[in-house]
Amino acid sequence: MARTPKPPKFQRNRNPVTWALRHAQMSLSSLGRLSRSPISTLMTAAVIGIALAMPSGLHLLVDNVRQLSSSWDGSASVSLFLNEDVSDEQAEAVRRQVALRPDVAETRLIDRTQALEEFRGLSGFGQAIELLDQNPLPAVVVVRPRADVQGAAAVSRMAQELQTYREIELAQVDLQWVERLSAITGTIERGVVILAVLLSGAVLLIVGNTIRLEIQGRHSEIEIVKLVGGTDAFIRRPFLYEGIWYGLLGAAIALSLVLSSLYLLDGPVKHLAGLYESQFSLAVIDPLSLFGMVFGGPLLGLAGAWLAVSRHLADIQPE
Amino acid sequence: MPLLAAVAQTHDTEPMIRFDNVAKRYATGHEGLSGVDLHLEPGEMAFLTGHSGAGKSTLLRLIGLLERATRGQVWVNGRNLNKLKARDIPYHRREVGMIFQDHRLLHDRTVFDNIALPLVVAGMGHAEINRRVRAALDKVSLLKKEKVYPITLSGGEQQRVGIARALVSKPPVLLADEPTGNLDPELSREIMELFVQFNQVGVTLLIATHDVDLINSFDKRIINLRNGRVAADSAETE
Repeated sequence: MARTPKPPKFQRNRNPVTWALRHAQMSLSSLGRLSRSPISTLMTAAVIGIALAMPSGLHLLVDNVRQLSSSWDGSASVSLFLNEDVSDEQAEAVRRQVALRPDVAETRLIDRTQALEEFRGLSGFGQAIELLDQNPLPAVVVVRPRADVQGAAAVSRMAQELQTYREIELAQVDLQWVERLSAITGTIERGVVILAVLLSGAVLLIVGNTIRLEIQGRHSEIEIVKLVGGTDAFIRRPFLYEGIWYGLLGAAIALSLVLSSLYLLDGPVKHLAGLYESQFSLAVIDPLSLFGMVFGGPLLGLAGAWLAVSRHLADIQPE
Repeated sequence: MPLLAAVAQTHDTEPMIRFDNVAKRYATGHEGLSGVDLHLEPGEMAFLTGHSGAGKSTLLRLIGLLERATRGQVWVNGRNLNKLKARDIPYHRREVGMIFQDHRLLHDRTVFDNIALPLVVAGMGHAEINRRVRAALDKVSLLKKEKVYPITLSGGEQQRVGIARALVSKPPVLLADEPTGNLDPELSREIMELFVQFNQVGVTLLIATHDVDLINSFDKRIINLRNGRVAADSAETE
């Protein structure tokens, strides 16, 4: 029986220009397909957008709090609460003595009268104060360490030394709450990472499920394309591009959500900062969040689409 | 240049379609084909007849690799289909045009887009696609219908769209499974005469049909299947 020595090879298109052109066409036609059902497309994209916006927004919030606390970190101070029986003259003497220390940059005395005035002004307990027959507040010397006294440990060592003064009842490091805040933000930050991972998984499943439904809806089309010689890559392509578009749309929605939240919060935050005599204002979106949304969105979309396509496309075979 | 010229790069001694003792058993235990030997030379045209369930569709499906044989070997255009990898199946199908009784058209696309599908899938450029689709439409006399949707066409016209789609990529082999099943005798004859025209330019055709009266009026080979076996073959009795 006669046989051909070798079967002819199939011709495959390996021209990169044609290949790129086909991809460009396919991505546009996928976008066109999505735009033909705008409501459902937007709804899916909005879910993705919210899922992406949540970790980004939280991250931004934590970032802002951290910036706020770091700006306070530099001005860590020690408050020396003097014994009640120390007179104003003695208090001034304590202040001068402390000011002589080499690690002290600045000292300020708040005597008992001033302390009372300040308390009356800020606490809102003015009338209650009137009822007391004597001033319950101690005099305070506020000490700002020199810039080279860095970190909580050094400042609290300094506070311990000052504590030994006879006139000083209590040396309080005002850094502690800053440290606690930083620990809290650290915890929240970790939570944000966990949330980001969970919500990324959610985006993956949302896109995957949307593409799965899309594959089911185009069952007969896929069958016919396979019948006339469409490769798996050809059939896969529009769905993968749809996934990317969903991710990109979701990222755009997430970005606008975060930016509009920042805009809405800006006024109240400025007002709040004004009450604390601070110049603080919300930072604009940070590069990491921006990168995460703009690249993470499409990437998750692509991954979700790939998940659906690899699971469901092989099931469809022409009859 | 005629539409169907330069098809079928033949390999001198090799038949276009060859079945060597081919059997197809389904998972249900039903035997679609059992021990079929068959040769179709390049440029040959043959009718496949037999009662329903005799194995006509199974035989065509094995050639188009919609299914694989459970025993024996199927050769098409010089390739052993048993040895064809799954990733090569699409490329094989581009060499085998398939026509179905139910047309298998996409109803959300125009006639033009339906016919263009095999070319789009093969990555052909726009200008070439336009030229080829128009030529195919001309062949099946549907030039004026390129912008309409298949649902607005008659059954005979839809079948012609299906035929145009099968031949637009100039495959060396055309398979048709009951292409005239739902058509009246006059339209059926028109379709068959179209196939004869394609055959005249060198396409190898295998047409499954049970319309014995119609095919007897053509002077072509007739292969009769019964219970999954070749019961009669006009090429061998002559």
